[in-house]
Amino acid sequence: MKQLLTRNETLVALVIVAFCLVGTLSDPLFFTVTTLSDLLRASIVIGILAVGCVLVLISGGIDVSFTAIAVFAMYATTIFTLGVWPDMPWPLIFLISIGIGAALGAVNALFIAGFGLPTLIVTLATLSIFRGFLLTFVGSDRISALPPEMRNFSRLVIARGNTEAGNFYSLPWAFAALVLVIVLTWFILQKTMLGRSIYALGGSVESARRIGVNVRRTQVFVYVYVGALAGLAGIIHGAMGRMADPFSLVGLELSVIAAVVLGGARLIGGYGTITGTLLGVGLIVLVQNSLIVLGIPSSWQTATIGLLILLGTGIPAYQAKRAAARAG
Amino acid sequence: MTQETSPPFIAMKGIVKRYAGVTALGGVDFTVAPGEAVCLAGENGSGKSTLIKILAGVEQPTEGEIRIDRALAGRLDPRVASNAGIMVIFQDFSLFPNLSVAENIAFASQLAAHRSFYARGEARRVAKAALERIGVDIPLGARLEDLPVAQKQLVAICRGLASDARLLILDEPTTALTEREVRRLLDIIRKLKEEGVAVIFVSHKLAEVLEVSEKVVVLRNGEKVAEGPAAEFDAASLTYHMTGREVAEAAPAPLAPGAETLLTVENLSKDGSFRNVSFTLAKGEILGITGLLGSGRTSLAKALFGLVASDAGRINVNGQDVPLGDPIAASEAHIGYVPEDRLTEGLFLTQSIVRNVSIGRLDAHEASGFLNRKSLIGEAADWLQKLKVKAPQIEAPVQSLSGGNQQRVALARWLARAPQVLILNGPSVGVDVGSKADIHDIIRELATSGIGVIVISDDLPELLVTCHRILVMRGGEIVDETAAADTSEDDLAHRLAS
Repeated sequence: MKQLLTRNETLVALVIVAFCLVGTLSDPLFFTVTTLSDLLRASIVIGILAVGCVLVLISGGIDVSFTAIAVFAMYATTIFTLGVWPDMPWPLIFLISIGIGAALGAVNALFIAGFGLPTLIVTLATLSIFRGFLLTFVGSDRISALPPEMRNFSRLVIARGNTEAGNFYSLPWAFAALVLVIVLTWFILQKTMLGRSIYALGGSVESARRIGVNVRRTQVFVYVYVGALAGLAGIIHGAMGRMADPFSLVGLELSVIAAVVLGGARLIGGYGTITGTLLGVGLIVLVQNSLIVLGIPSSWQTATIGLLILLGTGIPAYQAKRAAARAG
Repeated sequence: MTQETSPPFIAMKGIVKRYAGVTALGGVDFTVAPGEAVCLAGENGSGKSTLIKILAGVEQPTEGEIRIDRALAGRLDPRVASNAGIMVIFQDFSLFPNLSVAENIAFASQLAAHRSFYARGEARRVAKAALERIGVDIPLGARLEDLPVAQKQLVAICRGLASDARLLILDEPTTALTEREVRRLLDIIRKLKEEGVAVIFVSHKLAEVLEVSEKVVVLRNGEKVAEGPAAEFDAASLTYHMTGREVAEAAPAPLAPGAETLLTVENLSKDGSFRNVSFTLAKGEILGITGLLGSGRTSLAKALFGLVASDAGRINVNGQDVPLGDPIAASEAHIGYVPEDRLTEGLFLTQSIVRNVSIGRLDAHEASGFLNRKSLIGEAADWLQKLKVKAPQIEAPVQSLSGGNQQRVALARWLARAPQVLILNGPSVGVDVGSKADIHDIIRELATSGIGVIVISDDLPELLVTCHRILVMRGGEIVDETAAADTSEDDLAHRLAS
């Protein structure tokens, strides 16, 4: 019980509940299906990116390039589709974007697993390189005339309608992609030797090597998988926003990392759960979308997120330190 | 003994290993039979680590042959070695702090079985069976990082057993354990031997493992210098073979009568760690403080230097009260503290030797805001020389040194600050026999020069040859006090545990 209380997950969940309570008290319309569908919609892209990000953190690395991969994959896929086969069915469009993402992830993997370079430095570099390459060689115009199938995809909804109070709500099928990613990643992490090897790697690279974990192969998987997820998140972002904007997404990586860290993943590696990550995403999305309801200016969003990180990760860390000091 | 009749499990013949012209092993024969325990002794650089690495398949011998179950092994790589049942329990255990006990134990065997999916239920079964086999009870779901060192070691042993170990190689198995934990480990080893598991101990603290070993092999400078039944060796003869010289230690020179009191500790208490600790330390005196793990000895050591904030009590040096829980104030009051765990608490491992010594003296070599590097480094180099630190160059990183030399660097840093009270927590943990005697010499010399020294240790022979007086802690209190000359190892062990 005591352990449950000091876990990040519990803390974040409590903050979310408190947030919702305050929201409901200050605006009766807050606690409605409309708000819920808004929040779920807003969490699709950041959620997929966060699930990829937590995988990297567990493996003991850090990736800041995934937003650049996402926007590169989305924009290049759009240009390619428009130029080659504008009526390409959306599943194929998605596959191309995922493939481009995986290929860019493989570039990260080459430097990290192949040459053994530090992950932060490699991905900082590729963040700039991917983005610069995109804007210089692929294009820098915003494209609002998307392939028709991408628009069609964004119109597929699981549920839509009007509440009794007359407010519109809708939940797109894109949300299913997030669910799929969550289930698949959870399965890999918890049920496969590959997933457990990722945890082992984050615990101690040297120990993993000594007991026969294929460190290189595991790292390659991590960065290619994250790239593929970024490709998926990117194309969904484009389709939902009805626009291929090469300047979008980059800059979001810190919010994603914030969500993951809030959810209990540690930057030193080895620790992190899908549940925690989703709670972290939930909190970040809640803050980004609902501060207005609480009467807090939206310019306070980033400051609020910062405070939450300090509290959310600081309290458990402080408690652990106190416990260690008591133990002498 | 059975080893004459049963065929050896491993037989190494004429093993030579050269690294870039340096001969680490010069033609060593080594055998171990099922159920036999061999004590492989040697100082740092004797070649014992190289021999183990070759057995584990991490290094390839330059010359020589290795037979496993009489069959000639070709190239021995880590996988072949592990399939043959050769399991090395490294000193750092090579475990995963973030994973559960069950997973730590069963992970390697599941990997070796080329599974794609992680079988959680089976992992728990395998782990439970391994723990039951050695008769210990550790919660399967506990996170490894939350376990004490002794239990981590048992988890590492269980991991070897879960992978069908036929030979367990234990690298420095007793370094981090208290006497009682060592007893328990040895009981487990006895049990495994009865089941036919062979064991190789690679150890500095040899006396402890002699009683469960059949055979002793001593290496020095890459050559086997002694081999024989364990019964023919004792601590003194082992030390002689390892160092090639007689290391006889004498008790410290008796304390001058009427030596003035340097340090007075009164009713020092820390909730949950220690209570009402009072003692005095005279100039030139060496005071030993001992106790089992959990007796509060380490907390007390840290509290004396302010690293642990005491709740109540008084620490007085030379008539001046020292604020509690403030290491900077303690240091200014001329108290020095050399921690037990050099690796994590004492040294900046990746930085140079000279920097590690000079770091404590930055303020003394500062003139109007600028650092006089020349005098700073000169002073540090002087101390390294005085303490006979064997280093190729003072710019080399501290981690390149042996345990004994690292400890001297840690000592040099404090001595450069001219302390009046020096607290040494486990001064010879992880240090080989020859260096240990040298460190004891240094301690005695320091006391002769007028420094008051507190040695905190559970290495009883060490306390007996260095200290004037020994305090025994139990359950957070000082329960006994004796002059070192009036007690023996057995008597002291009895006082500790009763």
